[in-house]
Amino acid sequence: MKKFLGCGSAEHSLSRRQFLTGAAAGSASLIGFKDMLSPANAAALRRQDKRVLVIFLAGGASQLETWDPKPGAATGGPFQSIPTRVPGTRISELLPHTANQAHRLAIVRGVNTNENNHGTGAIIMQTGRRPSPVDKFPHLGSVVAKFMAPENSPLPGYIHVTPRGDSSFNRGDAGFLGPRYASVTLGDGNPPANLFRPATLTEAADAQRIELRDQLNSRFAQTRRSADTEAYTNSFAQAQEVMQRNRLFDLSQEPAYLHHRYGQHDFGRHCMLARRMLEGGVPFVKVTHSNYDTHFENFDFHIEQLGEFDRTFATLLDDLDQRGMLQSTLVVVMSEFGRTPTINRNMGRDHWGTAWSVAMAGCGIVPGSCVGRTNDAGTAVVDRMVNGGHLFHTYFKALGLDPTRSHSVEGRPVPMADPAASAIDEILA
Amino acid sequence: MPEPTFDPAKTKLALDLKHTSPLLACRFDPSGRFVFATAQDHNIVRWELSNQKKTVLEGHRSWGRGLAFQADAKKLLSADYTGKVNVWQTDADEPKPEQTIDAHVGWCRAVVMAPDGRSFATCGNDRLVKIWSFPQCRLVRTLEGHTSHVYNVAFHPDGKQLASGDLHGNIKHWDLEKGAQARTMDATVLHRYDPTFRADLGGVRGMTFNAAGTLLACSGITNVTNAFAGIGNPAVVLFNWEKGAQQTILRPLPVFQGTGWGVQFHPDGKILGAAGGSGGVLLTWRAETANAAHSLTLPSNARDLHLHPEGRRIAIPFFDSALRVYELSA
Repeated sequence: MKKFLGCGSAEHSLSRRQFLTGAAAGSASLIGFKDMLSPANAAALRRQDKRVLVIFLAGGASQLETWDPKPGAATGGPFQSIPTRVPGTRISELLPHTANQAHRLAIVRGVNTNENNHGTGAIIMQTGRRPSPVDKFPHLGSVVAKFMAPENSPLPGYIHVTPRGDSSFNRGDAGFLGPRYASVTLGDGNPPANLFRPATLTEAADAQRIELRDQLNSRFAQTRRSADTEAYTNSFAQAQEVMQRNRLFDLSQEPAYLHHRYGQHDFGRHCMLARRMLEGGVPFVKVTHSNYDTHFENFDFHIEQLGEFDRTFATLLDDLDQRGMLQSTLVVVMSEFGRTPTINRNMGRDHWGTAWSVAMAGCGIVPGSCVGRTNDAGTAVVDRMVNGGHLFHTYFKALGLDPTRSHSVEGRPVPMADPAASAIDEILA
Repeated sequence: MPEPTFDPAKTKLALDLKHTSPLLACRFDPSGRFVFATAQDHNIVRWELSNQKKTVLEGHRSWGRGLAFQADAKKLLSADYTGKVNVWQTDADEPKPEQTIDAHVGWCRAVVMAPDGRSFATCGNDRLVKIWSFPQCRLVRTLEGHTSHVYNVAFHPDGKQLASGDLHGNIKHWDLEKGAQARTMDATVLHRYDPTFRADLGGVRGMTFNAAGTLLACSGITNVTNAFAGIGNPAVVLFNWEKGAQQTILRPLPVFQGTGWGVQFHPDGKILGAAGGSGGVLLTWRAETANAAHSLTLPSNARDLHLHPEGRRIAIPFFDSALRVYELSA
């Protein structure tokens, strides 16, 4: 499989054509693949119009500075906890706006993925499994793209908005589902190349050009129609649809007050774009906020990073709710792991996958809930320990997918979620 | 009494004072009787130098790096990361906060007493510098102009001027008689915005004038190559105060990785700096020379530095929870 190297060369940049659903070239790898959900069930799921938004705090955000503060403990650091709108639930003082949204959140404080490596931690959190030498498990986004993308949508099912870099098509994310469900990265939220009509081409000239091509197509098809010509014609039709949806990328369509509320920074812009994508029919969007890998000056850096995250995230939840989208959108805030309770000599915290937290909101989630508990120092989970498998069971159930069913990989059943785990039913509506 | 002088090669450990939590900052009191340190357990620790008697001052709810004294009234002012400043009796048997001031929104990073003891200054993450009356502790003036967290503040010895330094390494000179900014100076070598990390790193961690008021020293970290791990070198930016211009950037020799947390002028003209990162180091410079004239390896990460009023001892608080007092010998 070709690996995306992120080198920024033209070879890896994403064109409008690649942006079209499914990167059809990859469909060959699906030979022999057939999922075990019936077409009728899949269609029913799509009709439910559910979607997922993941906020990925890259590098590993500190659970002690976010969802599970330990003020006064030797491990607690300098920050206080503050009350939230949910009586009895306190979070870090660095999240005052989020505290005001706690009635919409479910906080899972007992996460133990037992993994301190960035790459492996990210895989666990995005596939619900430890890496396997046998099966390359798909990202949550790819599974959602497969089962929840609207029929015949010209848009990708899994979009990843990153803080920087170029746009790209990431075949590996889809694992054994095949590249049709791979993620499409929008570097710095930028649209695919050539999405917009060139300024030198007037709208009228563009329309004439399309009309001429349609005429030639029709004439050609009368005598020499084939599967190839049909695919070619369809790809143009899809491209036109994508171009007609270029407004999705145009944040100037949003009112000034909303720009202000989301924040005049990249993360605010990216979250606003994510909402537009979800609203426009993309079933899964991941927004990465970078970076939380604070081995050095953990506290100063968390002031800075969470200062961006807090208000933007709270605004995003409000915005989704006000548009009537929150009930059908599963929102997850995750990292690849948490950070050590022990404060190192450089006032940093290191990698810690043993006892940390994830937050969710929206579709299928009990709002204002909190499950799991760590000890007073935050070093270990003492109640309701869960791992990536439990989280995936929970996500799937929240979305109405049955996590006990299986994918069929070349005729071999592979459970959708780790069969050794189960859903966190306490936070499922 | 002749001005003390010292040979850095003869610096030796005099007292090894233990606490139970990593220490963050330290100051001798003006009488030279006590040394105080702030700790990660939110407490302030006082040691009496003559007998090493340890007293824990409980009254803060967060970390802090700000300590200042009013000599005549024997008062200690301590600032914390909840934005509060507490006032204590320096020599009380069981010190309790006598007064608490809500000084800043967010972290109050430094507090410093004016030379005449009639006012003090604070600074914090709200990007403000504030002047307060003493002993009334009433807000006299708020100085606005910094565009990032204000990390440090120092009174000029004439008491009419003030310097403040922020995360971005911008130094502001305030004319206290006019209550206005007089000029800015550039210590941005102590700051870096890391485009990968997408965050600011650095800041003016230590700041002090020499006794004559001709030099201002600002310490921190420079040459940052890895913001994740804090890979960079300690540095002291030395300003000619009259000209308002950089005179020298003082660097460690041999090369050391870490942050310059504290800087002090010795009466004999040398400049002392304490750094922590890949361990700890005590650096001594001659003002006219960029590279350190002497480097003493310390047993743990150093986090501040203060010179005893008599000029013959320095105190350094450490990550390993010890406060060590070193003898400066001629």
